[in-house]
Amino acid sequence: MAAMPEGTAGTPVLALEGISKRFGAVQALSEVDLEVHAGEVVALVGDNGAGKSTLIKVIAGVGPADTGEIRWEGRPVTVTSPGAAQGLGIATVYQDLALCDNLDVVGNLFLGRELRHFGVLDEVAMEKRSRDLLHTLSIRIPSVRIPVASLSGGQRQTVAISRSLLGRPKIVLLDEPTAALGVEQTAQVLDLVERLRSQGLGVILISHNMVDVKAVADRVAVLRLGRNNGVFDARGTSQEEIISAITGASDNAVSRRRARSDSPKEATDE
Amino acid sequence: MSDPTSGQTPPGAADPAGPAGSRRATGPKHRADPKDTPGPAGPAAQAQIDPRLLVREQGFAGYVGEFKRRMHSGELGSLPVVVGLAVIWVIFQSLNSQFLSPQNLSNLSVDIVATGLISVGIVFVLLLGEIDLSAGAVSGACAAVLAVLHVNEGWSPWAAVAAAVAVATALGLVHGLFFAKIGVPSFVVTLAGMLAWTGLQLWVLGPNGTVNLPYDGLIAQLTSTYFNQVIAAYGLAALAVAGFLTVSMVGNARRRAAGIPFRTTGDVILRTAGLAIVAFGAAYVLNQYKGLPLALLIFLAVVVAADFVQRRTRYGRSVFAVGGNIEAARRAGVNVAAIRISVFMISGAMAAVGGIFAASRIASASQATGQSNVLMMAIAAAVIGGTSLFGGRGTAYSALLGMLVIQSIASGMALQGVSNSIQFMVTGAVLLAAVVIDSISRRSQKAAGRA
Repeated sequence: MAAMPEGTAGTPVLALEGISKRFGAVQALSEVDLEVHAGEVVALVGDNGAGKSTLIKVIAGVGPADTGEIRWEGRPVTVTSPGAAQGLGIATVYQDLALCDNLDVVGNLFLGRELRHFGVLDEVAMEKRSRDLLHTLSIRIPSVRIPVASLSGGQRQTVAISRSLLGRPKIVLLDEPTAALGVEQTAQVLDLVERLRSQGLGVILISHNMVDVKAVADRVAVLRLGRNNGVFDARGTSQEEIISAITGASDNAVSRRRARSDSPKEATDE
Repeated sequence: MSDPTSGQTPPGAADPAGPAGSRRATGPKHRADPKDTPGPAGPAAQAQIDPRLLVREQGFAGYVGEFKRRMHSGELGSLPVVVGLAVIWVIFQSLNSQFLSPQNLSNLSVDIVATGLISVGIVFVLLLGEIDLSAGAVSGACAAVLAVLHVNEGWSPWAAVAAAVAVATALGLVHGLFFAKIGVPSFVVTLAGMLAWTGLQLWVLGPNGTVNLPYDGLIAQLTSTYFNQVIAAYGLAALAVAGFLTVSMVGNARRRAAGIPFRTTGDVILRTAGLAIVAFGAAYVLNQYKGLPLALLIFLAVVVAADFVQRRTRYGRSVFAVGGNIEAARRAGVNVAAIRISVFMISGAMAAVGGIFAASRIASASQATGQSNVLMMAIAAAVIGGTSLFGGRGTAYSALLGMLVIQSIASGMALQGVSNSIQFMVTGAVLLAAVVIDSISRRSQKAAGRA
């Protein structure tokens, strides 16, 4: 609702301009722009092969762009490694959760950045911080000391997301967080996305599910064949319009004829 | 269904889905409109209470309930091996009253050391979900290196020990590099290693094939030294109990101060008492014979140190993570290749230490050292003790418990005059039983949503 105007007012936390990337003969991304503000959920949608994953990899530092500029809080930066992205404050939650089933929740949350106390794992401090973190995010799991294997899919996803928050990021990238989740579990994850927004984080949400996108996103950025195919206000745009931007259905003979006959509606930019 | 209504009731109202109220309190900004937000998870909300707290609040009955729940859901831990060990001891004692005699138990405690030390290294490899088939050959080759350097070349025993362990670590490095950097399956790398290092062992030993170690030398004394002062064994037991109690109390105090679930004092006392019974019982039995064996002391120290590394250090946590999910570990910033290589180096080094004790026990290094069934016994011990072959689950103590089981069978059979053939078959059956228990417990853990 009010999120979009107030968000677009300030300098975006993360701004991509003219991002292009080529894999051999395939131009995966050409001249893509994207802006994310603090406290804003931007949904990144597009058909398979539209370049979503490539763009995510550019932002996460896994596959840097060939050309184009990335600006972080207004200043140009280079993101050439996952470490650099994390150093800036970009946290990425990949689709295949990347949790260790045999470790408990605390072990997973702190994997790779364990707190230590004279060189020995400080389980007490880690458990306390885990409980505090999960409490702030209103995440309910039976105990932080049970193996992640015993959690439901939605709980696992919330653990994966909260894990990304331990590094105190400003931007969180969520790659299909609700894929393969049930209705109730999806609801839990979407609740969490809203909580991230209310805590002032910028969220980039990749999803194929238009219902989820409409439920939590403030803006919807559509990619089609490696190009921007419009940025929509999620509240003021119908699902059909977004889907036609994704599929390119808006750009055919029928739609052009209809566009001429209808009163001019908001244009999809190039 | 109840959620939209609970969203409308004032926070103070009697509300069965109580946590919904606190939920609104935490996120009032976007909770203002409950219509467009999906409801909270009722069942998940009720499961919020920490089950361990629940157990402690219920006192003794809570522990019984928790025990039943764990058995039902397949979280067996070390229970099968402890029960199995008790059964084995009862059977052999009933067959031969010499079995539980101080002399036999004392010898048993020294006999487990050589293979047990190899098994400690194997546990690290199994935690990764990999296998090291070369451990036996490495132990034999390094025993040969030790004997030749010490006896034939006249090196001091300490220098020879250091050289043997260094050679084994280098061999482990070779396995690790081929496995982690080139991507050859560990099974194949270490199978090739097993053949190659057996050849190395024969080459180092030369035409004679056996090098005798000085009977009263330092290396032979590793397994022939007993601390026969009564205070030694009891002192060690007291130290272990006091150490355990201190660590538990300090840990508990910190947990209490941090406001996270902690064990009750009764719980701590119960565990300490359990450890005290085992430790002082063992000390009493050892004192009935020659006293505390140096080899056993070293073995216990190594097991405790390995357990500490596995459970209390960042390195150990990384080993478990790689064993659980390689991709997750890599994304979390764990250097997977370094972990893999280092684990094979540990396995090599422990194999060498085991080989040194094996040579010490018979005061010679021969072509037979580390050959035949040593490797299989080391792997079987780890698995019987409860370390999973599938990676990510296990503890260093499984090397100790598993070796006790295997050596008890061997010792009991030897007392009965049963031939080797039967011994092998029985040990094989016990190994199979251990793996069956592991597999079944995994299955019921899956069914209970815990694997």
